[in-house]
Amino acid sequence: MSLSEDEVRHVAALARLALDDDEIAALTPQLADILAYAAEVGAVATDDVAPMTHPLGLEDVTRPDVPGERLPADAVLAAAPDRVGDRFGVPRIVEEDA
Amino acid sequence: MSADPALTRLGAAALGAAVGAGEVTAREVLEAHLDAIAARDGVVADGDVWHARDAADLGPDDLHAFLVVTAARARDAADAVDRRRAAGEALGPLAGVPLALKDVLTMRGAPTTCGSRMLEGWVPPYDATVTERLAAAGIVVLGKTNMDEFAMGSSTENSAYGPTRNPWDPDRVPGGSSGGSAAAVAGCLAPLGVGTDTGGSIRQPAAFTGLVGGKPTYGAVSRYGLVAFASSLDQAGPFARDVTDAALLHAVMAGPDPRDATSDPTDPADVVAALGRGVEGLRVGVVEELEEAGCEPGVRAVFLAAVAALEAAGATVERVSLPHAGYGLPAYYLVAPAEASSNLARFDGVRYGRRVDAATAEAMNAATRGEGFGPEVRRRIMIGTHALSSGYVDAYYLQAARVRTLIARDFATAFDRVDVLISPTAPGVAFRIGAVADPLAMYRNDVATVPASLAGVPAVSVPIGTADDGAGSGPLPVGLQIMAPLRADDRCYRVARAVEAVVGFDPDPAAHGAGVRR
Amino acid sequence: MSAWETVVGLEVHVELSTATKMWCGCPTTFGDAPNTNVCPVCSGQPGALPVPNARAVHDATLLGLALGGTIAPRCRFHRKNYFYPDLAKNYQISQYDVPLVSDGVLEVEVERDGELVLETVRIERLHMEEDTGKSLHLGATGRLHGADRSAIDYNRSGVPLLEIVSRPDVRDPETAQAYLRELQAIVRTLGVSDARMEEGSIRCDANVSVRRPGEPLGTRCEIKNLNSVRSLGRAIAHEAARQIAVLEDGGSIVMETRHWDEDAGVTRTLRRKETVTDYRYFPDPDLVEVTTSPRRVAEVRAELPELPAAARARLVAAGVPRAQAATVLGGGMLALLDAAVAAGAPAPAAANWLAGEVTGWLAAEGVALADAGLTGTHVAELVAMVEEGAVSATQAKQVLAGVLEDRGAAGPRAVAEARGLSQLRDEGELARVVAEVVAANPDAVAAVRDGNDRAIGALVGQVMRATGGSADPRRTNELLRAAIGS
Repeated sequence: MSLSEDEVRHVAALARLALDDDEIAALTPQLADILAYAAEVGAVATDDVAPMTHPLGLEDVTRPDVPGERLPADAVLAAAPDRVGDRFGVPRIVEEDA
Repeated sequence: MSADPALTRLGAAALGAAVGAGEVTAREVLEAHLDAIAARDGVVADGDVWHARDAADLGPDDLHAFLVVTAARARDAADAVDRRRAAGEALGPLAGVPLALKDVLTMRGAPTTCGSRMLEGWVPPYDATVTERLAAAGIVVLGKTNMDEFAMGSSTENSAYGPTRNPWDPDRVPGGSSGGSAAAVAGCLAPLGVGTDTGGSIRQPAAFTGLVGGKPTYGAVSRYGLVAFASSLDQAGPFARDVTDAALLHAVMAGPDPRDATSDPTDPADVVAALGRGVEGLRVGVVEELEEAGCEPGVRAVFLAAVAALEAAGATVERVSLPHAGYGLPAYYLVAPAEASSNLARFDGVRYGRRVDAATAEAMNAATRGEGFGPEVRRRIMIGTHALSSGYVDAYYLQAARVRTLIARDFATAFDRVDVLISPTAPGVAFRIGAVADPLAMYRNDVATVPASLAGVPAVSVPIGTADDGAGSGPLPVGLQIMAPLRADDRCYRVARAVEAVVGFDPDPAAHGAGVRR
Repeated sequence: MSAWETVVGLEVHVELSTATKMWCGCPTTFGDAPNTNVCPVCSGQPGALPVPNARAVHDATLLGLALGGTIAPRCRFHRKNYFYPDLAKNYQISQYDVPLVSDGVLEVEVERDGELVLETVRIERLHMEEDTGKSLHLGATGRLHGADRSAIDYNRSGVPLLEIVSRPDVRDPETAQAYLRELQAIVRTLGVSDARMEEGSIRCDANVSVRRPGEPLGTRCEIKNLNSVRSLGRAIAHEAARQIAVLEDGGSIVMETRHWDEDAGVTRTLRRKETVTDYRYFPDPDLVEVTTSPRRVAEVRAELPELPAAARARLVAAGVPRAQAATVLGGGMLALLDAAVAAGAPAPAAANWLAGEVTGWLAAEGVALADAGLTGTHVAELVAMVEEGAVSATQAKQVLAGVLEDRGAAGPRAVAEARGLSQLRDEGELARVVAEVVAANPDAVAAVRDGNDRAIGALVGQVMRATGGSADPRRTNELLRAAIGS
């Protein structure tokens, strides 16, 4: 199953990774190779096999509805690349959220 | 203060005992290790926080294990241990012992980069649970060590800050992604190290540098504060120059944590108590698929010698099949990137880390991520995003997760027949920096280690000898991987201790005529 | 126009009023200073991990049962991956193929042509998820379009959210409004949420399409930015009309999200995204399965209080008019009404006071019921005073106002005494005033004699004014008629 540059562009957009044309060109065959290798999993018969997310099979881990330790606003804002008052500044948002 | 350099040759248990007995202060122990770092690691040893030199400014033999040495903080911690001792308080077995901490675990107030430019300058506002437990045990963290960027790699060459050198041969990699911690311990800059293992990132560097390195049962060690690569696979674990030290460190780190919903609520196995039990009557299974899997002849020979030694020590050895183990690597390279693509989405220039400005938020995100992430991270994010995307998720991600179930079943079935499973940890010895350019070829380093990661079972690598690379290298370490059932970490350490006793491997490169000694 | 059928599905989000957030111990309080209710988890710090709030799971189960839903014996959390600055991790933890609750139903009463009709709206699912942070858009209008920058506050990030998705069973704006109001009432009765649209603790989006009866479902548009029950109704009506106009004109409907503009009264398309977002749902590897055994279901079910529908039925059976019953329930006054009845008041009379004068006074003065200090005993006393003729109906309103002004410090009888309010009982005095009013209003008297019955109201009013409100309106009416001789 080979991957086209257009598909790579689409994935880069989904992943919010800015890649120029040279990078896309270099990346496409690499990704195609890796995916071709990974696709070997398709050779395994897996009817009636459930996908695994957890080795331990834990269930019902919850926490009680009681307050925990917070971070002071300054502590969390200290790392802000663009602090606007007591908020995190970002440039103009174009898209509506989903 | 001129501290005794011989202190850097001692193991953690010995140092802990000496500090506890008042034979030496924690501060003296620390200074000896700081001296070693200043002499050999290529850091600017100045001020409260020492920074690594730029890769271009390193000397040819500088290890470049540490990205940052938190010297002032370490001195405070050592002094605190000494005060407690002077006050007559009982100290734990590792109190006052220095440790190298992989830069993927948060430590409040100290820089954490995860080996990436994305987090250059980031100072976490909170401590990882592992960090808290180390501090509670009186362990003195020396600083944060180099790693493949966001734990993605098998050589530490994917670090944005340049590769770490292998103490056995500075032209070679120490393995990855926890190469910095491995090099620090193997190079006697620290007696203990903490790494993280997602597909082999503790075990393989341990094998490449002649150390004991362990991946705990998934869930045994809290992931709170461990910057996530693949959430269902990541585990923090110990590096040491002998099995006892590694077991002591594992015991400090392991245990339930209510802040991690995937943390095992049951009491962890007592790995220290198991150490002296030997292997008499133990059933050992050699995993067919992993022993054959493209192993270099030198590695295979050393492995078979170790197997013979195990038999001589009283174990019964047979060959066992994990029928789906050969699909472990492809499955891993779907599951891990998929989880990573989601975990790394938070790095977008909004709340922390690097930002590359642009006119819109969307463009800013994309520019920040395109520039802040290195090529391997970008590759894996792309693979993972594709594996989860509409139209592909069933054939890729879900299919890989189903294969994972089958691999876990293979292990469970095998453990009905044998008590532990063994294999060579890595198919080859440490390779030259720059020698492996092809991503897929690099991934093949993990072929023996990923099955245990996927199944979640505990696995420890113990050094069993040396081999050359078949192309004129000097002697380079070879590791034996020991795998046990879920939660049976004690069994891994027990067998590792027995192997260590019969093989008698000396972790000092100089003892093998290797490495560079100042 | 009537040849078209409007089809609506409703998506309601309810913010739970748990003490802490869904995945961490940060407070959920509304309106605190920005970024003061955050921690590593809800601010998306590297290395932080979510742990589910047990109370939130309980409340979701409780609401699911109140809606007649089936609780999944096992369910899990999935990640919904997309980038947005107010989404701290750039994925929302939600539920996907196995939600906690499925297959519920809500019956609502809708007034149609003067009749009350019962409409059934099936609920497809209810699932648990988390809220996002809030963006402040900085620019000329304060809205997203035209903003140069935005500034994010993560206080709301991680607050527990329940999403309730109905099947497209709604056929008109009134049913949609009744559905939303009923959900609000249920959620408040259960105590799991304040459900205030103005605070955003309940939100509603509508999926609207039209079709000719009997044909397959048409293309739908999702309508967002509905800030009140009234907007919901207006927007559905407008959107249905818009779609019908397009189709009758030979055009076709594009599936898209449209924003409701309350001022202009229209829905508008936003800049359309080029591609539909692929959320790449997968099970969240940081979280484990949630199980609910039959025993647990029974435990939670036993906690269900009397739901609004049952309370309404009970009140109506006791003689309370439906509309007043709805007002009492909607205003959270059921307990007060029950207390008044327990103190001896007939339900219809007590409900009349609560739905009428009490509700009006609270709204006008901006006082919350909880702060008013009004007790069931007060209400019962007031009803009794009117019944026994101690005060006139007009005076009773003044007495009530007096009780409320002092926040229940003094009861009705004490207030009446303090203010000198008592009904005029002197028949002779009343007859004298009636005679004066009749004499002073020949035109009105003539109108009444001519058969205009409504004119008597003005005369009653004059008598009431002349007696300072102390006359009994009923007796006044009788004496006036007798005096006029009609």
